[in-house]
Amino acid sequence: MSDGFNLRLRRPRPSVVACSPTLGALGAVNLMPACFAKEDALEAHIARSSRRRRAVSVLLRWLTYAAATVTAAVLLFVVGYILVRGVPALTPDLFQWEYTSENVSLLPALASTVIMALLALAMAVPVGVGAAIYLVEYARRGSRFVRLVRVTAETLQGIPSIIYGLFGMLFFVTACGWGLSLLSGACTLAIMVLPVIMRTTEEALMAVPDSYREGGFGLGAGRLRTVARCVLPSAVPGILGGVILALGRCVGEVAALLFTAGTVAQIPDFGGQGIFALFDSCRTLAVHMYTLACEGLHVNEAYATSVVLLILVLLLNAAMRVAAQKMEVSKK
Amino acid sequence: MLFSLLNVPPASASTAAGSGGAGAPGAGAGLAAAGVPAAARVPKRRPHVLREGAARALFGTAAALSIAAVALICLFLLANGVPAMAEIGLPEFLFGTTWRPAHDLYGIFPMIVGSLYVTAGAMIVGVPGGLLTALYLSRFARGRTGSFLRSGVELLAGIPSVVYGFFGLVIIVPFVRLFGPGTGLSVLAASLILGIMILPTVITVAQSALDAVPARYYEGALALGVDHEHAVFKVVAPAAASGIMAAIVLGLGRAIGETMAVVMVAGNMPIIPDSLLSGVRTMTANIVLEMGYAADLHREALIATGVVLFVFILLITMLLNVIRKRGEAR
Repeated sequence: MSDGFNLRLRRPRPSVVACSPTLGALGAVNLMPACFAKEDALEAHIARSSRRRRAVSVLLRWLTYAAATVTAAVLLFVVGYILVRGVPALTPDLFQWEYTSENVSLLPALASTVIMALLALAMAVPVGVGAAIYLVEYARRGSRFVRLVRVTAETLQGIPSIIYGLFGMLFFVTACGWGLSLLSGACTLAIMVLPVIMRTTEEALMAVPDSYREGGFGLGAGRLRTVARCVLPSAVPGILGGVILALGRCVGEVAALLFTAGTVAQIPDFGGQGIFALFDSCRTLAVHMYTLACEGLHVNEAYATSVVLLILVLLLNAAMRVAAQKMEVSKK
Repeated sequence: MLFSLLNVPPASASTAAGSGGAGAPGAGAGLAAAGVPAAARVPKRRPHVLREGAARALFGTAAALSIAAVALICLFLLANGVPAMAEIGLPEFLFGTTWRPAHDLYGIFPMIVGSLYVTAGAMIVGVPGGLLTALYLSRFARGRTGSFLRSGVELLAGIPSVVYGFFGLVIIVPFVRLFGPGTGLSVLAASLILGIMILPTVITVAQSALDAVPARYYEGALALGVDHEHAVFKVVAPAAASGIMAAIVLGLGRAIGETMAVVMVAGNMPIIPDSLLSGVRTMTANIVLEMGYAADLHREALIATGVVLFVFILLITMLLNVIRKRGEAR
């Protein structure tokens, strides 16, 4: 804002002088010839400074072009390189049900990833959506409780995943006695993605026009029914966007899982152990990839795993795009 | 019937506090807020009120869970980290330059410095490019190129950090090795990969701040005779200053907290790096590298490292809040 002002104070010179040729023409009729020399010098100065400014403009424009090009190039290089090296490394061996040190199969890790992510979302989505509903629909705006929830959610969002990993290790693994397990990992992830879901749901709910709520109340529905029947349905695409974002974080997470879910390369045995398989240790795809890359023995398999991870991310991004489009449509 | 008539209004008034319909005067009228004769609604009203109350309590509990989570995280980290700090001695822990758990020497100063170096490097690499790209996307891009780049940035944000780390390991580290002695696992490699990783954060936050600048600022500048580029750089960008600062600080937070990518490319020697090409260990790396086998005081010292990192993150979050508040005040 202040700079908008400065601009007005700093810049009047060029814009006023821009009409000086007319002033000069007037001067030619009425005023002393001495004026002309001054006017010429001034005009030369204007020409010079406007040329310089045009040069600066071009420079600024090309700076932004260059930055955009570099960003695009980095993206293409990272994705392209991984795909070029990784796609040929995708062999049927990598998709065996059983992991052995010979086939280095990634399928168990992929299955564990899906189970882990779904479990984490099953915990985080109801809580996150409920919390957002409370903040937007129930609480008085700006009450102390609401402010406290906002601050803590922001804090949670800023906490790096390694801290979540430490906390999960101290709380779920040790204090709750669940050991390195699917459940510990999923709970840690759930806390980690909670603020993401809360925030996106909040935004989606706030985007729902008040007329929907008034319509609900006007028809005699209570608050709960109004929220459930009128407000939530039109916020679903936005909420879904948040869920997909959270899913992406679950899929890519390593630091929070190393010390909570462990690195055992097996699918938790739900068939044999039933619900107790929740206490099995397992590695997700990202953890699998990290161990491969660090061992340094299976570089090709690491490339292949990163291709699978990238494909997952691409799919999630596409899903997000669809959700966003739905949101746009429902807004109209 | 009469009893329920007398009983219901206070209950409904207390559970529906703040709801839009509770403004009608008189006890009976509060019931009839929906415009329905009171007597006809009363018998149905009780379970309804209960359900509303239960829902409110449930949603409130969900909201309170995030407070509980932060409280638990603080509690457990402090309870496990602070005793170690006390045992080692806070000055020795924070400013000791030797990390040698086998000899019971736990100084994390090299790691703190390492984290700061790597983060600073990431900012130098990522922030200018990120901000200029945000300006491009917000004010220069047209049509296809813009939407292509936008989805590209989304993709960059979605790529897991292990994949970045792996990319750094196979591309950036050998590239850095060309420039001098050493293995290439270095401050420089870590800064480059982190700089790439914070790009999407910086770009998306800065871009949304730039997009939110009212059109009249830009139009006013044009009306005063400046061209598009000057209007964008001298009027629109300063008007979005607080959002841009927030973008930078968020990038800072991501860079200092990033773990896996750094572990894979930084070399991880617990020494204060003396050049861009020397290896470095960050606080995050320290935790991940040794937590697997640490026990007793060593383990607690690692948790204490986490506490120090947590304090850094809290400071950054506070800074972010100050920036946001100042932005709103404008």
